[in-house]
Amino acid sequence: MTEPTNPLVEMKNISISFGGIHAVENASVDLFPGEVVALLGHNGAGKSTLIKILSGAYKRDAGDILINGEQADIRNPRDAKKFGIETIYQTLAVADNVDAAANLYLGRELQTKWGTLDDVAMEANTREVMGRLNPNFKRFKEPVKALSGGQRQSVAIARAILFDARILIMDEPTAALGPQETAQVGDLIKQLKREGIGIFLISHDIHDVFDLADRVFVMKNGKVVGHARTEDVTKDEVLGMIILGKVPPGATPGPGAMKVA
Amino acid sequence: MADTMQTTTKSTTSVGTGQAEGNLLSRFFRATEIDTRMLGMIGALLIIWIGFHILTGGLFLTPRNLWNLSVQTASVAVMATGMVLVIVTRNIDLSVGSILGFTGMIMGVLQARLLPEMLGFNHPAIWLITLCAGLVIGGLIGTLHGAIIAFLSVPSFIVTLGGLLVWRGATWFVTSGQTVAPMDANFRLMGGGTEGSIGATWSWIVGILACLAIVAAIINARHQRKRFHFPRRPVWAEYVLVALGCAIVLGAVWIANQYYWPINIARRYAEANNIAWPEGGLFISQGIAVPVLMAIAVGIVMTFIATRLRFGRYVFAIGGNPEAAELAGIKTRWVTVKIFALMGVLCAIAAAISTARLNAATNAQGELDELYTIAAAVIGGTSLAGGMGSIAGAMLGALVMQSLQSGMVLLGIDTPFQRIVVGMVLVVAVWLDTVYRARAK
Repeated sequence: MTEPTNPLVEMKNISISFGGIHAVENASVDLFPGEVVALLGHNGAGKSTLIKILSGAYKRDAGDILINGEQADIRNPRDAKKFGIETIYQTLAVADNVDAAANLYLGRELQTKWGTLDDVAMEANTREVMGRLNPNFKRFKEPVKALSGGQRQSVAIARAILFDARILIMDEPTAALGPQETAQVGDLIKQLKREGIGIFLISHDIHDVFDLADRVFVMKNGKVVGHARTEDVTKDEVLGMIILGKVPPGATPGPGAMKVA
Repeated sequence: MADTMQTTTKSTTSVGTGQAEGNLLSRFFRATEIDTRMLGMIGALLIIWIGFHILTGGLFLTPRNLWNLSVQTASVAVMATGMVLVIVTRNIDLSVGSILGFTGMIMGVLQARLLPEMLGFNHPAIWLITLCAGLVIGGLIGTLHGAIIAFLSVPSFIVTLGGLLVWRGATWFVTSGQTVAPMDANFRLMGGGTEGSIGATWSWIVGILACLAIVAAIINARHQRKRFHFPRRPVWAEYVLVALGCAIVLGAVWIANQYYWPINIARRYAEANNIAWPEGGLFISQGIAVPVLMAIAVGIVMTFIATRLRFGRYVFAIGGNPEAAELAGIKTRWVTVKIFALMGVLCAIAAAISTARLNAATNAQGELDELYTIAAAVIGGTSLAGGMGSIAGAMLGALVMQSLQSGMVLLGIDTPFQRIVVGMVLVVAVWLDTVYRARAK
């Protein structure tokens, strides 16, 4: 397999433990521009933890993160954002009590020349972005908690793409959504992919992501079982990787692969 | 709920509980975007005022009493503005009364003992040096509390409970319990009184400036909305808002000007300035008291901080979802430190007002003020669950608390019973608010 360019993200031999429990052990994943990589595994397999290291929410104990082939020093969410890494969290990390515009710009508010918040400009941009993303969205002035799950999700996604993300991390992006909204998110992912953004999709449900992903990484008990191109493996084979840690012939085994005699 | 952030002139917070579409009244509220919750509080305040007015046989709604009420409210109102930010971020500050006592005592000793020795009695710089020193010390105490809460992860309840004891004890140590008096003549202006009021002319000037500011704010908001093609209020609604705002401001100024200097002070003033004593007596208006102006200024600055600056946005975001705020890259710990530092500075301002008003710094100054401050913020709509609150609401809450107390004093109700009433009102007010919020959803 010849890789066209440098990987956009390369996480090498990442380890982190919480109180003696190895949540992630010696895990390596990579992501290329315009590629969708799914990170699969059971609840507690360590996929969310691994990706939170990339987004700066956790600090790794060991290992390297390379962005465009260069060492990236990511210690907190602000560092990650500097590298163009945006994350949409499983828990829909939005501040419930403020409106959509305030959430979109949270931590990066636009300011007027006087140093005050430029609410009008932020709302105008929010209306534009949300119009592109979810034309039905009209409730700009209400606190986010008044919105439906799908609307909240579109606010979270809008926040990520508003700032020209190069690397997008989506943790269970469709878990809280209905079928129609899930389809919308799927379309959105394809659109972002065409723009050359690299996307990590994290899910415990293979059906959510298999058709969207170019490659899958499977994790089990904090270790990478293996990875494969989706065209080289079947859903059942990937399921086998998730459940048993059994690596099919089309996949590349990792440190967590079941030892077959 | 629409009142999460204050209903600033710029925000198009949709008001109303979403009932009665065609109803004239609800249409009026929707068009003017007046916060109905705030209106409810003003209604409650008016009921309290009119009730006491009737019960006291016409003593309550007099210029004199209202003027006194405004001065008495100032100190707690100043602290309540900061308490809003503290409570919005799911913290509490139990130490404000003790910080008030400590900074008040320090300021008392500075102006009554230390500085006069160095600069001379009633030197014009004394009040300023004293006040600045008080603000710095208040800020440092707050910073210390905030740092322990944010960086050592000790709950704010515990840190400030400790602070309540520590700073009250420290107050005693400054003078071994002695009361310090009298205060510097210029410093005393911050306490109100005949000297500490700005008189009729200046009061009208302040009132007119405030009216111009209201007009400018409404025109500016309209202009901004037009620029970005946002929905605007109907023009008549804008006029109603301007008229209402100006009427309240000018009405308050008029009342303050209706309260005249006590006859003895006026007579002395007349003698000192060689004014012939007129037949019907000399009527010199008190005008707005300096501490009230200070409290209003603090309210405006704090509202600006809470709604127009990043810091305020972060405060509310942290209150709404601390984890989301952290993940969005907000330095939540520093925000916490800043909030408590700000609270400390506000305590020092309140200390200046209350020591100046008492003309003394005492060991017991500000005792129980933490509870009145928290009660004012909570009655004013600040949710203890975090994320909700408004500065103006808290100041109104302080006014409600003070109105109850003044009214009961006028009625000659004993102090223990006053406390019982205030305590019950607090519980009932929060219960009513809970009901209102549940309905509004």
